[in-house]
Amino acid sequence: MGQQGPDGTTRQDQHGQGRLLPGDGTVDLAAHLDLHGPPPFSDGRPGAVSLIDQVDKAGLTGRGGAGFPTGRKLRAVVEAGRRGGAMHSQVGTVVVANGAESEPASRKDRQLLSQSPHLVLDGMVLAAEAVGATRTYLCVHAAAPGGAVQGGGPPREALGGPLREAVVSRERSGLNRVPIQVVEIPGGYVSSQETALVNLINGGRAVPTFVPPRPAVRGAHKRPTLVQNVETLANIALIARYGADWFRQAGDAEAPGTALVTVSGAVTSPGVYEVDLGSRVTDLISLAGGPAADPQAVLAGGYFGGWLPMQALAGLRLSQPSLRRAGASLGPGVIVLLPAAACPLAETAHAVAYLAGQSAGQCGPCKLGLPVLAECMQRIAFGRPGRDLLGSVQQVFALVAGRGACHLPDSAAGLAAGTLAVFEAEVRRHAEQGPCPRVNHPQVLPAPDLVPA
Amino acid sequence: MTGRNVQQTLRVNPIACDSHGLCMELLPELVAADPWGYPIIRPGPVPAELLPLARRAVTACPTLALLLIRADDQADPPQT
Repeated sequence: MGQQGPDGTTRQDQHGQGRLLPGDGTVDLAAHLDLHGPPPFSDGRPGAVSLIDQVDKAGLTGRGGAGFPTGRKLRAVVEAGRRGGAMHSQVGTVVVANGAESEPASRKDRQLLSQSPHLVLDGMVLAAEAVGATRTYLCVHAAAPGGAVQGGGPPREALGGPLREAVVSRERSGLNRVPIQVVEIPGGYVSSQETALVNLINGGRAVPTFVPPRPAVRGAHKRPTLVQNVETLANIALIARYGADWFRQAGDAEAPGTALVTVSGAVTSPGVYEVDLGSRVTDLISLAGGPAADPQAVLAGGYFGGWLPMQALAGLRLSQPSLRRAGASLGPGVIVLLPAAACPLAETAHAVAYLAGQSAGQCGPCKLGLPVLAECMQRIAFGRPGRDLLGSVQQVFALVAGRGACHLPDSAAGLAAGTLAVFEAEVRRHAEQGPCPRVNHPQVLPAPDLVPA
Repeated sequence: MTGRNVQQTLRVNPIACDSHGLCMELLPELVAADPWGYPIIRPGPVPAELLPLARRAVTACPTLALLLIRADDQADPPQT
């Protein structure tokens, strides 16, 4: 494994010049092989740890939102496979590539799959060989969620067709060393949750299931299953070729590598940018052309993240640990710049109403609690919130957080409670004077009209 | 699987739970009702003296939504 990147260079940070997104157009198979060559073989045995060791050394973490160490996830599947005998039989484990991003303000997985499909497919094959998988699935939304982020990039058409063509094109070159199946899943916020993908592959609906068992222990076809975000897998494809030391040339010590970040809202050039982790949030905003209007706050991490007032951005680094310390999150790489002309309470009320509508209705506290929460947020933004109303939000927060099979209720409750804390002065103003004129500003946070799965 | 020294905790499978409420009748020491009638479990391991009652509540649940699981098997629900 060499220390140099493709073309013998280290990656650059300009838009469209990154490791994962090397150009503006689609990197087809010929161009991909020119750039990177075929994916290397590990030392051949199922469960061989050399790639997993490299992933550990690289410090790669999941790019789907949770930021869990990828090496540990790979090992968990290997161990479960060994315990269940799957590693020593023809049966094998399963790899699921999650490209079905449901976070409405995120578009980076779609961009990655459109522009660099073969990096993701290589990563699937390499991860499959590392965990002894005999089947792999690439999950994408059947149709893109409408009303996502405006701005450049590919049109929001279904990815399934082009990806199937990409898989077939590799067949002739023998690159699909493990079979790859493209699976299209119905839209909906919770449908891309990892147990939902596993449930769909198993013939059920794309809705979350109860844990345990975790997919790593018992997932698709009742076998140990590795579910990884597509950007994580693309990074595995690069680490397998260029090594952990090369990977760490980007990023900082606590968050190595690059990240794809969807920047939207009041910026001049919204879109997906590949940046070094640990770079400044303000530099990313400049990369996106700078503010298009006087900004007041940033939503970092999407609906699982939190608001940061502009003054909190001074010197703030873009990485999961750094943003968590600041009270937000990197999530799946989402930055939304909220203009001063918009009302943060109205924005959040819309977002919470959207999240409430995305409940699969499986868990009582989520099904019954989120509409109450949405109603409270509506009245806070558009009415005259009294103390009782603020107290209600705290009560519902306590009643729904952690009580669903998935994290949807935690997300909605966290966003609502976090907003009331960050914009306390705004809440007070609404309480004293009623709704501000800014509630009529066009909605900045996306709330696509998705039908739950 | 349920070794003598392994602590056990109660968990509700929120998908299976239909708020029949038997668990709160049978085990009020550890289970309370939320405003909608769904069970709220007191966190932490089940005290040894309550284990027989906890087992009875688990058996009585009509939707098999109440579970006694090893305290070290408490996987967090995964994110997307």
